[in-house]
Formats: sequence, structure tokens, C-alpha cells
Amino acid sequence: MTVGLAPDLPTEPLGRSSIGGYLTQMFAVAAAEVTKLRHDPIELASRAVQPILWLVLFGQVMAHVRGLTVGGGSYLDFLAPGILAQSVLFVAIFYGLSAIWERDLGVLHRYMVSPAPRSALVIGKALASSVRGISQSVVIYVCAALMGVKLSFNPADIALVLLFIVMASALFSTFSLIIACIVKTRERFMGVGQFLTMPIFFASNAIYPISVMPPWLRATVRLNPLSYQVDALRSLMLSAGHSEFGLPVDFAALAFGFAVFVVIATRMYPRLTQ
Amino acid sequence: MNSPTPSAKVDARERQATAIVEAAELTRRFGDLVAVDHISLSIAAGEVFALIGPNGAGKSTLMKMFTTMLPPTSGVAIIAGFDVAKTPQQVRRRIGYVPQVLSADGELTGYENMLLSARLYLIPSRERAARVAAALAMMGLTEAKDRLVQTYSGGMARRLEIAQSTLHRPAVLFMDEPTVGLDPGGRRAVWGHVEALRKEIGAAVVFSTHYMDEAEEVCDRLALISGGKVAALGTPAELKARLGADATLDDVFTSVTGVHIAEGGKPR
Repeated sequence: MTVGLAPDLPTEPLGRSSIGGYLTQMFAVAAAEVTKLRHDPIELASRAVQPILWLVLFGQVMAHVRGLTVGGGSYLDFLAPGILAQSVLFVAIFYGLSAIWERDLGVLHRYMVSPAPRSALVIGKALASSVRGISQSVVIYVCAALMGVKLSFNPADIALVLLFIVMASALFSTFSLIIACIVKTRERFMGVGQFLTMPIFFASNAIYPISVMPPWLRATVRLNPLSYQVDALRSLMLSAGHSEFGLPVDFAALAFGFAVFVVIATRMYPRLTQ
Repeated sequence: MNSPTPSAKVDARERQATAIVEAAELTRRFGDLVAVDHISLSIAAGEVFALIGPNGAGKSTLMKMFTTMLPPTSGVAIIAGFDVAKTPQQVRRRIGYVPQVLSADGELTGYENMLLSARLYLIPSRERAARVAAALAMMGLTEAKDRLVQTYSGGMARRLEIAQSTLHRPAVLFMDEPTVGLDPGGRRAVWGHVEALRKEIGAAVVFSTHYMDEAEEVCDRLALISGGKVAALGTPAELKARLGADATLDDVFTSVTGVHIAEGGKPR
């Protein structure tokens, strides 16, 4: 059944779908998030404390443990990319909390009633989360350099490091959004978030090499997106770094994981406001 | 379609023919609960229409289905010519929605909130600044545009949300309990601005409330909603005339549903 349009309604209203329009809407979501960070930069600074503690305390002690062979360089060289990957993970994995928070406040309703495709909203939010990841990497580079880690400052390497941070942030924050859509309340999310972070972190190559792991764990590590991020960072961040899986494999694994999560999150996101 | 101020030129008969909101047997269940129970109604272009009923009557659920936030269990809703279930994207381009919860982002300024909406609704970039400025001026928010929304009063925040929801000149503006929690001055300011806006863009306004006096003052027609059904529908005068000269809308509600709405809005 159809009825007439309002007399003054243009036949083709604003919001015709096009790639340019899609990018505008995606950028709008990301820009709003970044603007909020600009209003409150303290939040960014406070997040930098944890990775510094890992590098300084954990790294210094573990560097003196004999028997942990990590290839050519020192343990600190091995650890620094792992800690960068970890800090990106820890920030991104709680991103879903902000989606629940926005639902509770009502802000999410504004997004959901807008004509922006749901996938544009999901990807926009994911990209915004990587701004936090990038700010972490600045802190970790400075800290690692001060501790004598042999970093590569080749511009091409740094550009690729940023690319991998954006991809991993986007991947884990979208995963987090899916969890938020399932659990729906802040209290439950806090519990699940804590529960998820540790296995993702420890069942990866972030703080110890795959070669020291039992076979069952090695298989798990290969399924963990964090391992591919760590592998890429380890080859790009260090002046003498090398990739175990190969950078194209790392890139493909993260891109595939992100794509799958975007498809799932796009379907689930609208349920938060129902 | 070619006249700049069409609403003034369209007569009542024609308005009836151009329904902007059309619901037929619209139903939504949550498990065993039937929140909206086979509601059928038709709202004309440019009309101000109130949904009145106690909390839990189904107003918000109905509103969520009209605005594509919630898919109907059964039945059909056509908004501006498009089916909410089949073509939600088309519906979203043609409606504005001010939910009951505060949807403006408190951590952004008024201007930044407007900019976000302008981009989400794909207002062309060359028109963005002018339209945002005009909308802020219309809602009396020009002075406050660079303040964070968390510093706004309730009424200011509501006006900002209305500005955000109408930047794309929708055919219908839906508002769920737009004045709940506002003081009388704030309520008057909101309605004054909505009326001015409606004259400007010619949109229909569909709102829910449990303030009878407010509904009577601003709406053309209203539907009394109770238990997920339309208990009565008409102009305030028509509904009151059914009961006699001194009847109020409260009396009408009590007579058709057997409950008092005035007492806290809770029927049970």
C-alpha cells in the first residue's frame, strides 16, 4: 500500500546513497569521537600509564630470566612491540562499554534513526578507537627508546606500524561492540571484558615466543588476531626485526577478521536500542 | 509540490488524501506481552498529532516502530510513502525523531552536535554552515552554540535535539515525551519553537505525552492509547463533546478506559 508524499517533499530527498555519502557519514561518526577526545585529553594521558609499567617493571625483570631465548635481540626488544599490541588491545576491548553508555544516555538513538548505513556507523566508531591506539604508540616509542630498545625510525616502517595499529584497534573495538550487543548492560560487560582480555593476551606471542609453547597453545595462537598484530609490529618497530608469518599474512589475517566482525556488528548494533 | 509554502494552500480535503503516517493493524509483541495491539491510524501531512496515555500504554513502542527503531511483529506502517519494515532507510531520510532519552551528546558543543547531524543526513557541505546557523538561531541557541551540551538546561537540550532532528527538513517530526521533566517555562519555549519550525518547514508533528493540558493546547487531533490499543481518536473538542459541555480530556480518558491518567500516569 502506498500513499502520497507530503506536498513539499522533494522527490529525491537528501541522503542519496553514494560512496561519497557513505564516507561522509563514516567520517562524521569518527570526527565526533575525536572531537570528544580533544575536549578531554586527560583520558588519553591516563591510559599511557599501564604500558609504561609493563615495559619498565615486567620487562626489566624478565630480561634477566635466563633460558628464554627470543631470537637475536634482547628480551626488551622482543617485548616492546608486544606491549604496544597489548595496550592497543586493552583500550579497544573496552570500547563496547561506550556503546552501552551511549545507549543508556540516548546518544545512540540519534545515530540509529539517521539514514547513515549501520556499517558506516560501525566502521566510523572503529576508526575513532584507533586514535587512542595511536596516542599509546607515541608513549611506548618514547619509553622504549629511553630504555635502549633498538627501534626503527624509517618513515615507511612507522607508517606501516600506524596502519597495523589502526587495523588492530578497529578489529578489537568492533569485536568489543559485538560483545556489548550481546550482553547489553555495563555490569555484565565489565565482567566479560576482564574475562576476554587475559586469554587473548596470554594466548598470543606478545610476551613470549611461539617456540617455547606447547603444541596445543601454538595452534590457538595462530587463531588469535593479536598474534598477527604482534608479528607485524615486531618486524616493523625494531631495526633488526623480522616477521615470522610474513607481513602480507599479518595484513590479510587482520583485514579478514575486521571484515567478519563488521558484518556481524552491523547486524547486531541496531538491537542495542530496541 | 512546486509551491514554496504549500501547507497554507492545501485545503482540509486534500490533506486527508495525503496521509504522511499510515498504520494498519500495527502490532508489537515482547514475548507474551502485546505492547502495541493492532493499531490502525492515519495522520495527515502537516498535522500536529498527540498520542496520549499512561506509562506502559504502548506509546513509546508505537513511536519506535514509526521511526524504524523497532520492527513490527505484524501489521504495516507507511511513513511518507515508505514501509518502515521494508524500506527503513527511505523512511529515515524523511523523518526526524526526538527520543524520550536525551540524544544530544553532552560531551560535544551544540554546534558540534549540529555538525554531526548535518553530516549524517548528508546536508551538502556548501549549505552546512548556513543551515546549522539558521537552525540554531531558530531554536534560540546561537549564544550557547559553543558550550558543551552537558551545561545546557533541559529545555535548551531539547531544543537542540529538535534542531538536530529537523536540519534535513523531514516530512514528519516524531517526539517521544518531549517536555517531560521540563519546567513550565521550558515547556512553553519548546512548543513555541516547534510551532515556528512547523510553519517554516511544513512538517507533521507526532508526539506522545501524558500532560493532557499540553496536548489539548497544541495538537490538531489526538489518540488516547490504553493497553496497546487506540481507545479514542479525534480533535480535543470532538472527544470532549461526547461527554458533555464541562468535560475535560481527563474525563474522556477515564470514561473510555476506566482508569485515571492524571495520577502519576500509572493505570494499575
